[in-house]
Amino acid sequence: MSTRPVRLTINGREYAGQVEPRKLLTDFLRDDLGLTGTHVGCEHGVCGACTISLNGELVRSCLLFAVQANGAELKTVEGIAPSPTELHPLQEKFWELHGLQCGFCTPGILLTAEALLNEIPNPSETEIREWLSGNLCRCTGYQNIVAAIQEAAKTINNAKP
Amino acid sequence: MKPAKFDYHDPRTLDEALSLLAQLGDQARPLAGGQSLVPLMNFRLIRPAHLIDLNGVAELSYLKMDNGTLRLGATARQRELERAAIVAQHWPLLCEAASYIGHVQIRNRGTVGGSLAHAFPSAELPVAMVTLDASFALRSKTRERRARAEDFFLSYMTTTLQPDELLTEISVPAPPAKSGWSYQEVSCRHGDFALAGAASLVALDANGAIQHARLTLTGATPIRAHQAEEFLRGERPSETLFRDAAQRAAENLEQDSDIHASAEYRREACAVLARRAFMQAAARAAQQTRGKAQ
Repeated sequence: MSTRPVRLTINGREYAGQVEPRKLLTDFLRDDLGLTGTHVGCEHGVCGACTISLNGELVRSCLLFAVQANGAELKTVEGIAPSPTELHPLQEKFWELHGLQCGFCTPGILLTAEALLNEIPNPSETEIREWLSGNLCRCTGYQNIVAAIQEAAKTINNAKP
Repeated sequence: MKPAKFDYHDPRTLDEALSLLAQLGDQARPLAGGQSLVPLMNFRLIRPAHLIDLNGVAELSYLKMDNGTLRLGATARQRELERAAIVAQHWPLLCEAASYIGHVQIRNRGTVGGSLAHAFPSAELPVAMVTLDASFALRSKTRERRARAEDFFLSYMTTTLQPDELLTEISVPAPPAKSGWSYQEVSCRHGDFALAGAASLVALDANGAIQHARLTLTGATPIRAHQAEEFLRGERPSETLFRDAAQRAAENLEQDSDIHASAEYRREACAVLARRAFMQAAARAAQQTRGKAQ
């Protein structure tokens, strides 16, 4: 069985591993590196639970092979809080406004919401729902997720100089 | 839900990629964005022995305008197409069609060439490319040829692409002057596979009559409705006229039934979308004609 080396940066830290080419990036993150914040839902690109940021772009990590991420810069849900004792405004508002119940979809949704607010600092409800269309949540009906994103946008924008 | 074993190749140049394809033939599959290929592999519906990853081939990734023609490298991302200012200005139909592909996470990774080569029946870009009369450069190690979009798509996930060939470039000519456009689609939810889709371009003459019209509908492959287009030429735009033309375009359309929709539903939806597409394209053409006259 031939394996290939993978070196990459995740949340500002360097990681290295040795993988079979068929290993999905999600499995590499979870099983090899212990970064289990990224969840595995459908494994065919539909549910969005495995959404991460690859070189600044939101992607499904179940539709990438770990070898393809060699040299890349990744961000996962473990990397969005500013410090081990603080929450990101999105996390804060999801907590406060019950933007999650079982929490399975939450890591992917947080990554999507963060990318949305970077691109559109004041998104309309329609824009939020359009961005969320790639992330399935079976508990909340999305209502509180949308509300949490709207509130987080206000917090982030108010904090700007 | 894990792919079967394969050997991974990551060429850095197009020549290397073509040599690998020549050597491995149908044992290999080119990997572009992987948004359709990897799900098929995860389900083990396909088990290629070799994957040739094109993401490291920098020369295949570009989007530029060249003498009024849009040139897209095969691995230009769908999101790039959706957001490029020159595309919005000159080929708004392409931006609109791209915005219907899956979700932002899919479009960030999915490529224009990949979607065309995969030729999934409900895919947006094949319909848009046929409407815009795009052509594709198909290269193997030993030859290069061009295919018009309309001739390229043969059937359900089948194109004229040979196992040793890569679709390397997409050329999209400028749409006819002062033409209006429309892209219409029905799916259960935004981002789901389309149950039916229609794209149209309409240009009007100085008297407001239809100079020419184009219409493409989704089916097993994108279908240009030449008869309906002929029927519209020289006529004055009206809802009745467009309804007639849309009926002609959709009535004999070959459609499949599956768990999502029956063939009858798809034909009916195509007829409705075709009418809406003509109406919107004609309205936009009229705006253009008026705008230019002022």
